[in-house]
Amino acid sequence: MRSMTEGCLPLLPSRQDHSLTVAARWLSYNPPMPLSREDITKRAAQELQDGYIVNLGIGMPTLVANHIPEGMDVWLQSENGLLGIGPFPTEENIDADLINAGKQTITARTGAASFASSQSFAMIRGGHIDMCILGAMQISQEGDIANWMIPGKMIKGMGGAMDLVAGVKKVVVTMEHCNRKGEPKILKECTLPLTGKACIDMIITDLCVLEMDHQAKRYKLIELAPGVTVEEVIEKTEAELIISDEPSVVTV
Amino acid sequence: MANKIFPDTVSAMAGLDDEGILYDGMMCMVGGFGLCGIPEQLIIALRDTGVKNLTCVSNNAGVDDWGLGLLLQTKQIKKMISSYVGENDEFARQYLNNELEVEFNPQGTLAERVRAGGAGIPAFYTATGVGTIVADGKETRTFRVPNGGGEKEFVMETGLFGDLALVKAAKADEYGNLVYNMTARNFNPDMATAAKFVIAEVDEIVPAGSLHPDEIHTPGNYIDRVVMTKSEKRIEQRTVSVS
Repeated sequence: MRSMTEGCLPLLPSRQDHSLTVAARWLSYNPPMPLSREDITKRAAQELQDGYIVNLGIGMPTLVANHIPEGMDVWLQSENGLLGIGPFPTEENIDADLINAGKQTITARTGAASFASSQSFAMIRGGHIDMCILGAMQISQEGDIANWMIPGKMIKGMGGAMDLVAGVKKVVVTMEHCNRKGEPKILKECTLPLTGKACIDMIITDLCVLEMDHQAKRYKLIELAPGVTVEEVIEKTEAELIISDEPSVVTV
Repeated sequence: MANKIFPDTVSAMAGLDDEGILYDGMMCMVGGFGLCGIPEQLIIALRDTGVKNLTCVSNNAGVDDWGLGLLLQTKQIKKMISSYVGENDEFARQYLNNELEVEFNPQGTLAERVRAGGAGIPAFYTATGVGTIVADGKETRTFRVPNGGGEKEFVMETGLFGDLALVKAAKADEYGNLVYNMTARNFNPDMATAAKFVIAEVDEIVPAGSLHPDEIHTPGNYIDRVVMTKSEKRIEQRTVSVS
């Protein structure tokens, strides 16, 4: 499989690659400015479509709800048993019986439905959720994800993450491109215990947007953060990437 | 028909040792997600029975001083079957010292294992956890995906059935018919089907006939005893809109 990929797809751009010169020109009048956490969530929100049923993970993915485009009807599912999350409540209408998967108090929007956990995960596993957005510790070049366990450290559990990556139609990861030590998180193979195999369709980081090419089983670099070069992405990514067309610049 | 309504949690829990329901080493299902929809007063009553070496099936393990955290404090729990246990320091301490056994299940697998157990289904196949340590040592099999998309590998998981289930509902009538409130429903209706004996803690007992048959979430035949309590309903993350 690997030799096929290497044989037919240009994995690394040459020095003369057009995308590099474009990026270099960009750099000359735009200093490197990787995406902030808010920019990453804004970019993730661009993946939403009218009528989508979406599950947002805890942390950065939850913030995507703040950037749903005006006039777009998106339904947020919470795996503890609600379809149709509304805004946070006011102090007066807090209900201890109404929380999201992060255990935060929420409200239910008009048309919302509540249901049991078994029904909620039937919805997730059965392919009735259009998209989910979650964080990751590591992603492999074939789309495996590790995000629940570091051996030797306190294990908190996988919660609903394994079900979400196994059952949702489009799985998007938002994360920092490198870990706190500056090491790549997008690897040839994950070294941490997996959450799911070959399941991540898109990765949005502070440096770029990667989309899985399901035929080639490799991520394709489709967008660069303003001022970030193809070279920088390659340097900070261990996985083989497909870099064929000129990546566009992320706009948020 | 035997009276299902009990005046307090102590009497609702009484006499179960004679029936082989309450014993050291028993398996107890406990409803709730975080602190939402937990049978909080029944957990206290279970603690006060002094039963030991419990295997608890519950999505979470409460917090240090509430929910199942109370039974961890008294070291009455031998094993937890859960999907996420992040909010409990005593849990972490016992776990790291090998005083507590933990079996992590993906949340949907846990819910389905309980549902299956209650429905008389010994095992089922799911795509969740395939290729991860969750599938280690379990039978896997390739099936055509029911809703299209070709063939895929699935892992076999087994149904769960407990000795006792403690559930929390908003309303009950004298027949034990239950209605849950919003996301306090979570694991409760499935757990109510998956144990030899089931006790429901409720906010309100309503007159017979006042629940429309269509609105009942758990039919009364699953429920052995009902007790009305004044629940504290603690909130883990009080989040409000900035207006």
